[in-house]
Amino acid sequence: MMDSPIFGRLTFDDIAPLAVFRNFSLNELVASGAGWLEVFAAVGVVAALTYFRLWGPLWREWLTSQDHKKIGIMYMVLGFVMMARGVAEGVIMRGHLATALDGGILAPEHFAELFSTHGTIMIFFVAMPFITGFMNFLIPLQIGSRDMAFPLMNQISLGMTAAGAMLLLVSLVVGQFETGGWAAYPPFTGAAFQPGVGPDYWIWAIVVSGFGSMLSGINFAVTIYKMRAPGMTYMRMPVFCWTALCTAILLAFAMPPLTVAALMQALDRYLDFHFFTNDLGGNMMNYANLFWMFGHPEVYILILPAYGIYSELTATYSAKTLYGYTSLVLATMCIAVMSFTVWVHHFFTMGNSATVNVAFGIATMLIAIPTGVKMYVWLATLYRGRIRMTVPMIYLGGFMVLFVLGGLSGIILANPTINYQVHNTQFIVAHFHNVILPGVVFATLAGIHMWFPKAFGYRLEEGPARLSAILWIVGFSATFLPLYVVGLLGYPRRSASYTDPVFEPYMIFTALGSLLILAAFATFAWVFWVSWRNRAALAVPLGDPWDGRTLEWATPAPVPEYNFAVIPVIGTREPFAVEKASGRPYVRPDEYEDIRLPAPSGVGFVLCVCAGVFGFAMTWWIWWLAAISLVAIPTVLVVRSFFPDRMVTIPADEVRRDTEAWLRAIDAASGVDRGEELTSANRGFARTDLKEAA
Amino acid sequence: MTDAATNLHPGLNLGPSHGEAHEEAEVVTFGFWVFLMSDLVTFGLFFATFATMWGSTAGGPGPDEIVNLGSIAGQTTLLLASTLTFGFASIAMKYHDAPGRIAMWLGVTALLGAGFVALEVKDFIHMAEIGAVPQRSGYLSAFWSLVGLHGLHVSMGIVFVGVMVLQIYLLGMTSRVKSRLLRLALYWHFLDIVWVGIMSGVFLAGAL
Repeated sequence: MMDSPIFGRLTFDDIAPLAVFRNFSLNELVASGAGWLEVFAAVGVVAALTYFRLWGPLWREWLTSQDHKKIGIMYMVLGFVMMARGVAEGVIMRGHLATALDGGILAPEHFAELFSTHGTIMIFFVAMPFITGFMNFLIPLQIGSRDMAFPLMNQISLGMTAAGAMLLLVSLVVGQFETGGWAAYPPFTGAAFQPGVGPDYWIWAIVVSGFGSMLSGINFAVTIYKMRAPGMTYMRMPVFCWTALCTAILLAFAMPPLTVAALMQALDRYLDFHFFTNDLGGNMMNYANLFWMFGHPEVYILILPAYGIYSELTATYSAKTLYGYTSLVLATMCIAVMSFTVWVHHFFTMGNSATVNVAFGIATMLIAIPTGVKMYVWLATLYRGRIRMTVPMIYLGGFMVLFVLGGLSGIILANPTINYQVHNTQFIVAHFHNVILPGVVFATLAGIHMWFPKAFGYRLEEGPARLSAILWIVGFSATFLPLYVVGLLGYPRRSASYTDPVFEPYMIFTALGSLLILAAFATFAWVFWVSWRNRAALAVPLGDPWDGRTLEWATPAPVPEYNFAVIPVIGTREPFAVEKASGRPYVRPDEYEDIRLPAPSGVGFVLCVCAGVFGFAMTWWIWWLAAISLVAIPTVLVVRSFFPDRMVTIPADEVRRDTEAWLRAIDAASGVDRGEELTSANRGFARTDLKEAA
Repeated sequence: MTDAATNLHPGLNLGPSHGEAHEEAEVVTFGFWVFLMSDLVTFGLFFATFATMWGSTAGGPGPDEIVNLGSIAGQTTLLLASTLTFGFASIAMKYHDAPGRIAMWLGVTALLGAGFVALEVKDFIHMAEIGAVPQRSGYLSAFWSLVGLHGLHVSMGIVFVGVMVLQIYLLGMTSRVKSRLLRLALYWHFLDIVWVGIMSGVFLAGAL
């Protein structure tokens, strides 16, 4: 094959949205239409930024910021943008399956591409940015630190994740994605069976973003180990920090297997190595092991921070100290360790000995024990609590019922004999959506509702948010619970069509369910819009709208750049709750000092561009561009290392002025009771009725 | 000198007393340790893959044909010697604060490292000549990538040593430069440990 020295194997014909003009069909219309939609959305964003003159503020205040809170918010925005695409793909797939008796509206290849991008996007570019966003925003605030341990590296991690997401978005418009699922199993994704660019898009999106996640893990772990405020001992940390610490360790140690698996696959595809090929001694079981050595801990990378969020909101919205803090911490650590011991359950049917299967089956079932501990801890916390059924608690209710169901189906799957029966059926699809949606997505949405006021200074509208929460719960149940039945009836997953008419009513039902999920997502987007419009009435500048318990609520909202005017000294587990219960919250600092923070830097953005260009160039065999961008990455870092870190100093007087103004406003405020919590009387100064605190 | 107050972070400290700089080094050094542990996982996975592919020679050259113990002895000597000379550089940094002496030992370290890489490349060229290329079999793919990954790490280390010598002269022995030297030292010794694994698990096992 002759490739252009300038454009590699990229040709004009690879521009996917143009395909519909060459070869019109419903399938092409959906594929090209999605491409056009993405292009229009991108053009729309650029136009809006230009029209409202937002490029300057975007660059100065966001893209170059090293502030962990802003980086966390940018992670969340990335997650939402990618979720829009992921949800749309899910609806299209369900729509296709509703029509798929003996065919369907989409071509089988197109369907395969859809479930591959849907899985890759939802795991790596929705769930991962969401949990990373929460950890970025919350960890330093909860442990009483001014920032992460490595603010610049934090920015670089975000850049790497964004670059991977960009590659995925580009794959819709230029060329196409792979068809081997989110796990991209070779040899099917090897050069022999998929010579095109699809698997290469996957490889570089994964390698680039995986490296970012590994760096994030190191950053979070070091932040929690080394940056805690004086007196913040490990057993005084909020539970979210515990889950974040365990997640950070998992990130640092479970991301390398993914990167290694993807790079070995790249060696197979680009240089004709034989790690996973069918011939010359290749062994694809090595891939299954490497991938799931990442893939299983990944499940807990996603769910542990969600557990942390649920723990925080359970205590806050039932106005009780979390029951069984120590057992919750121990359960978290148990889960983190055990998550590394179960990966083979993802391929029970691929020819392991019975002994191996039994060992991994038992290890898998054992994880239910610490998970059960957590469930009981939350229940015991709710027991006799003064519960307010606000949005986060609605999500918690949905989570507790549905997640237990998902966990129980996991126990069923952990039994190798049953696993043989339902392996690779829709039962699996039902199971993992049943844990990831109520687990991770509900926690994210509940967490956003809880901490949004902290980040932006105003609450989210309660009414539409409640509607969204209920739509999520009902929509999830309608879409995925029937799939357990379909799976037991033997309908294989990833199958683009079926011949047995018994499946059709189920498929139509779940397609309608997916429309409810679409409505839930749209409603949540609408919540942001109406809340922004109504932000004056919803403002909570005093910073504590929910009668919070942990350190982050003892700051103004939005939190100033430096987090704390004076680094607090911690003496108890829930310092803010204890201060409020004893009647002495908001202690005035005796003296203020100048605060030094890292100055804005473009390094993260430059590396994001370099990494994204590198991935694109490698995918399309544009070797000169790949070489330049690859060399540019270390060059930027080395050159920068010759210059001192630029810092900005916030003068003590400014800190004093802002803090005193905030404290005076609190003194003047009368506070709100629980009954008025959702009215505009709530300015962020909750009148506490906390009596007991640890 | 070894109580907690004078030796905050794991690794050789920067000098007799450094106050705040010491505390800063504590965080970055700890972070670098976590990175090295993560990197160790990467090497471990390449080791594991190599172990499972031990017999996957597909009729091509096997361990006995590609292992040149003479060259391996030379490479091992050079690399172990380089870790000793880096130790001299660290000691010079801690006790003498003499930029010239530190740079000299770093230069010797880089030269020994370059000698190691040169011998390795020579072995690789010989392997290519007898047809033992990574494209030949799964075993050879795993061999080249494991040994090559280590070689790549050493080559990057040599570049970093060059950068640090430049920084010593351009920036002086600031606590940032010292802290970077501390981390480079960890990196260099870490590669030595990995090499001991490769020497035993790949080459000695292959020669038996």
